Amino acid sequence: MEKLRPPIVVIKDLNKSYRRGSQIIPVLSNITFDIDEGEFLALMGPSGSGKSTLLNLIAGLDKPDSGVIRIGGLDISALGEAELALWRASNVGFIFQFYNLIPVLTAFENIELPLLLTSLSKRERKEHVETALQVVNLTDRMDHYPAQLSGGQQQRVAIARAIVPDPTIIVADEPTGDLDKASAREILELMERLVHEMGKTIIMVTHDPRAAEKAHVVRNLEKGVLNNVLP
Amino acid sequence: MFFLKILLRNAFRHKLRTTLTITGIAIAVIAFGLLRSLVELWYVGAERSSAVRLVTRNAISLVFPLPLSYKDRIKQVPGVKDVSYGSWFGGIYIDEKHFFANYAVEPKSYLELYPEFVLPPAQKAAFIRDRRACIVGQKLADRYGWKIGDVITIRGTIFPGQWEFVLRGIYHGAEKSTEERALMFHWDYLNEQLRKTSPLRADQVGFYMIGVTNPDLAAQVAVDVDRMFKNSLAETMTETERAFNLGFIAMTEAIVVAIQIVSYVVIVIIMVVAANTMAMTARERTTEYATLKTLGFGAGRIAGIIFGESVVISMIGGVLGILLTFPGAHWIEVELIQFFPSFTVSPLTVYLDLLAALIVGTVAAIFPAWRATTITVAEGLRRIG
Repeated sequence: MEKLRPPIVVIKDLNKSYRRGSQIIPVLSNITFDIDEGEFLALMGPSGSGKSTLLNLIAGLDKPDSGVIRIGGLDISALGEAELALWRASNVGFIFQFYNLIPVLTAFENIELPLLLTSLSKRERKEHVETALQVVNLTDRMDHYPAQLSGGQQQRVAIARAIVPDPTIIVADEPTGDLDKASAREILELMERLVHEMGKTIIMVTHDPRAAEKAHVVRNLEKGVLNNVLP
Repeated sequence: MFFLKILLRNAFRHKLRTTLTITGIAIAVIAFGLLRSLVELWYVGAERSSAVRLVTRNAISLVFPLPLSYKDRIKQVPGVKDVSYGSWFGGIYIDEKHFFANYAVEPKSYLELYPEFVLPPAQKAAFIRDRRACIVGQKLADRYGWKIGDVITIRGTIFPGQWEFVLRGIYHGAEKSTEERALMFHWDYLNEQLRKTSPLRADQVGFYMIGVTNPDLAAQVAVDVDRMFKNSLAETMTETERAFNLGFIAMTEAIVVAIQIVSYVVIVIIMVVAANTMAMTARERTTEYATLKTLGFGAGRIAGIIFGESVVISMIGGVLGILLTFPGAHWIEVELIQFFPSFTVSPLTVYLDLLAALIVGTVAAIFPAWRATTITVAEGLRRIG
């Protein structure tokens, strides 16, 4: 069936290497692929294969040596640091393995963080945060601090924080890596809902085959080369 | 508002660490404030000097006397209004530990030249009338429980013997900084005794105090007085009361400089301690700062959070220190009354305390803020805990 809309993420001839002393270590070599809007993509591969580096490049946290990363029609590889920061604030939602919530802020305040960089009024921010809390089913825990929440609940707060600015893409780095089985299943189901019910695009790095099963597309990275596409 | 909330909560995240840091800064500010007050006190004598008073002493040294006969000649110098004279007595009451200033003066002219020594009229008249009379400041009277009519015995050192004085007046200082721990008695009484015991030392004074009609004439009067006694057996050196007092201070300048250095060292030490605390705090929060960067927060906001937290902690310590400096100064004033006429904390010292606290907070945050803002997001996120 022919695609109606252009891909939301276009990656072309992407190369990235790191310098260690006088040594240059290639991490990604000639990566080219697209991600469609509303797609749930899993990136798999052994440790050191470059999947987190690829995720960081797509999320605008790092810059490639060469190649193009176009997201929503914008070539982010051409943006400066400050422009990238602004772009990230409204276009990328982040979900981390260790949740990365700010311990001195309540669940509500953590979710509100990305909205502080927008022009929304306090009342509008409150409405957005309450909606996000409803999505992750944590309205009753909005005044709790991260230390007062379980791992699964903290990750749900992190997901609410990721979706609250209504980003173009959501990137997730091992989102179930620090969770027990039951909590991991809950988080994956929530991510599925984001894709199916809200049409979000998720790019997830994972080692967990059960997590990858939930994805529409699984790509495997090995030694910096994207060598196959799994159904 | 949100950033104020986050930096305030961050500031008290590790309560023990923050409390210890605040305590350290408060102690440093107390020490700094008290040392600064001490330095200011050193100059208070010079500060309260009158602009219309000159002091004439022997040009060789204060130790050498001047003839009493100079008095009438000085009076004839144009611009001179009053002349008084006196001698440093340097007597000891009980023992050396009970030191206080005591000197012989010509009472009538002296009290006219020094209106800041306030005496009730009856006591003033009694002092002038009785040749064995003395007056003391209120603080000295309080210290020894002296009352009018008491006989005070002082052992002479420069002028040997047991000297007995009848207390005829207790003066108050017109200002808080006026010296209230001194004893003055009749120069005539001293001179009478010297005529009997050491005639060669009689009819000589230690210094003249000259009142001028106009402060603008002070410099010219000083020149004229010294010119008058040029090439005499006892040449004079005349200077303003302020210069005379500063001359005394100059003798102890090394102590003042040492106190000033110590006060700055205290601040530098606490700055290093606070910087270490902030560096430790910022290192622990590297992942959080990286997360904020990830979410789109710029370096300016992150540096603001770190600087804000550091300044909040140091200013709390600074304000606490300032509040505690006042009872500290009061304690010193009460306990060390024999050394200080008054021990007050000036507004300038308070401003310097606040400035010191602000500098400590700002400097302490420089390195942590630089580190947090320059670390890459990927590197920051790799650090856990």
